[in-house]
Amino acid sequence: MLSRVAESIYWMSRQVERAENIARFLEVTHNWTLDQPEDEVDHWLPLIEVSGDKKIFASKHQTANAETVTQFLAFDSSYANSMLSSLRQARANARSVRESLSSETFEQLNDFYGFVADAAKAQQLDSPNDFFDAVRRIALQWTGVLDSTMSHDIAWHFANTGRLIERADKTSRVLDVKYFNLLPRVDDVGTAVDDLQWSALLSAISGFEAYRREHHLVDIEKVVGFFLFKRSFPRSILYSITGAAASLCQINDSSKSTRSRKAGQILVNLQRRLSETSVKEVLAGGMHQFVDVLQTELNQIGEALNQDYFHSVGQEWPSA
Amino acid sequence: MELHSQSQVGVKTVLQDYQTDGFFDELVDQDGKPRPDAEELVSLIDRIPSAELVRRQDAIERSLYQMGITFTVYNDSEGTEKIMPFDIIPRIISSVLWHHVDAGLKQRIKALNCFLSDVYSEQRIVKEGIIPPDLIDTASTFLPECMGLRPFNDVWCHITGTDLVRDDSGAFYVLEDNLRCPSGVSYVLQNRQVMKKNFPQIFRASQVRPVNDYPARLYQMLCEMAPPQIETPNVVVLTPGIYNSAYYEHSFLAQQMGVELVEGRDLVVEDDTVFMKTTDGLQRVDMIYRRVDDTFLDPEVFRKDSVLGVKGLMKAYRAGNVSLANAPGTGIADDKVIYAYVPQMIRFYLNEEQILPNVPTYVCFREDDRRYVLEHMDELVIKAASESGGYGILIGPHATQEQRQDFATQIKANPRNFVAQPTLSLSRAPTMIGDSLEGRHVDLRPYILCGRDDVWVLPGGLTRVALRKGSLVVNSSQGGGSKDTWVAAEPGQAVARA
Repeated sequence: MLSRVAESIYWMSRQVERAENIARFLEVTHNWTLDQPEDEVDHWLPLIEVSGDKKIFASKHQTANAETVTQFLAFDSSYANSMLSSLRQARANARSVRESLSSETFEQLNDFYGFVADAAKAQQLDSPNDFFDAVRRIALQWTGVLDSTMSHDIAWHFANTGRLIERADKTSRVLDVKYFNLLPRVDDVGTAVDDLQWSALLSAISGFEAYRREHHLVDIEKVVGFFLFKRSFPRSILYSITGAAASLCQINDSSKSTRSRKAGQILVNLQRRLSETSVKEVLAGGMHQFVDVLQTELNQIGEALNQDYFHSVGQEWPSA
Repeated sequence: MELHSQSQVGVKTVLQDYQTDGFFDELVDQDGKPRPDAEELVSLIDRIPSAELVRRQDAIERSLYQMGITFTVYNDSEGTEKIMPFDIIPRIISSVLWHHVDAGLKQRIKALNCFLSDVYSEQRIVKEGIIPPDLIDTASTFLPECMGLRPFNDVWCHITGTDLVRDDSGAFYVLEDNLRCPSGVSYVLQNRQVMKKNFPQIFRASQVRPVNDYPARLYQMLCEMAPPQIETPNVVVLTPGIYNSAYYEHSFLAQQMGVELVEGRDLVVEDDTVFMKTTDGLQRVDMIYRRVDDTFLDPEVFRKDSVLGVKGLMKAYRAGNVSLANAPGTGIADDKVIYAYVPQMIRFYLNEEQILPNVPTYVCFREDDRRYVLEHMDELVIKAASESGGYGILIGPHATQEQRQDFATQIKANPRNFVAQPTLSLSRAPTMIGDSLEGRHVDLRPYILCGRDDVWVLPGGLTRVALRKGSLVVNSSQGGGSKDTWVAAEPGQAVARA
């Protein structure tokens, strides 16, 4: 397939996944503040910390609260990684390759963007919970439409790779929220408040019920293990990496070219390393450090994809 | 005239107060009676309460927006996307009339192809004094770089969209030829689809010729016209990109044909052969349905500043390693001045009289014509030869004294660049305005495919409607909308199914 098309599909899919995850972050935090004793924990600043865009936020807002963080992460059209901007770019990408997508896929994304853009025009959300819940539902529909109306050929595999790499990144950031969100008192560890926080994080990846079915009670090691290594859960990091590796493998198998490719190799190595790591090792080395290293590796995969398939930056074309 | 109404007492229907105002109307005759092929449709419309029609019309426009069937408006910094307004009342053309249009278009396209072969080689038509040499040499659309080109089978215009209008007698005239990158066919296909979805009962009752085989015919034709040595040609659609106003159509046609939609930056020429850049490396391209204007195709030959084209494309084309549809250089044949000579071309090349007449045209290049035009500016439509899309037009009777003065100055300064035509009393068709029907002027753009062995005309085409009351300008960039266009089937012909 055309390199430009492959790249646009990959980014389209990443950007929608990014928007979905922002909605999940915000929904769970809005919910959480309803349940928490007032003013004990700062729920909002951690969302900005893990976004990696704290500086941009600070240049626009003085304090992090429900209003400013929601405005920034969801609706700020001048912030490139906001939900609105992500969907706008995803739609522009989709528009530029719509002949390679199913009509339903394009229409679903068109609707998705329209829904969020309309909300952004309104001055204030009537009910943030209802809104982000609706966004999450639309995002799930998008996943269904993408998977059930497109042939699972190269185009879909690029979309799937983009989706899963973005998801691995965002799931790791959900965990990272916990690192920044220190509890007010050491005594709270293992208490109802702590439980509530972990449960909320599990909800952010739609994993609360799946977790409970297996482990019943909240336990830090088990929750971390679920986030990182739960093979069968579609938003865990190991699941995402395994899926992305499989998609790249399919792309390479269908290729007639024998050129060597790096991205697949990096993914397979990462998958192996994750499979061989235990939760105890992660906690001993520090969760935040673990997440940091993972994000660096995900960035390397992005660069390798560009070299292997997209050739969009400073690349000479190999002769025919 | 008032239509005979079959509606229930007390329910307002849209046709009750419909007036033809003395214009030729596409659906009803001067007594307000439905034309024979429209009886079924008119009686159905007359049974639907106007509120229901308005509701369906809104639903259709919403679904067009949802499908992203939009065009980008130029002169708008935000690149606003709009849908072309859609009118729910179809336009019907009888099978007898369509026979005539079909034959006229085929004849015309044959003559234009002969003209293009001639003008880029021997120029017999100039040597024999039929077209003055100055007219060719001064045309901005004549590309000297194309001299000596021999497109496969001597077909230059593979895809043509010819604009037709009807006057107050109902006679069809050719208003202009679009031989470079005619657009709009995607609206024809989409309009039909939304009409079927929203009015399945009318389709069951009417015998309408289908249009949905257009993409397959287009693909077949493109394969036929690829370099003959290639067994399974790789066909692509070349677009200027998402900011082009017709981008949706480029994407739609590529999708319907199942071929790649490429931009100039996706292509590269090596050893006079065109390749596209894929995730698998370079892959050969054999036929390019180009929706990029001639002069942007190859910065090596035409405009040096073009970033939309492909360096070396013309060399590959000359070498016979790739086909282009339409061929570069076709613009000379749809020049508004050359247009005036099409009747002579038909005589010269085919030894026939033209079946579909031109609108009588005054060519300001000719002294007598110029004098007449300058003296009758308040009666004429004046057009700049090099403009399209409804720009550079003066509609004399509707213009101010100042505007006419401005055009008069331009004509005197550059007579070659202007033609004038009498203001036709264009036919009208019932159109939903608010919650009732009013007559609005329409034109028709049929689409013609020219293949190796035959010429095929899509039954129907794009009916554009000037939504502003009294307006004669139907271009989408100027507030025009569109209608589904039905050609009535004869017994034995295929019929569109809901």
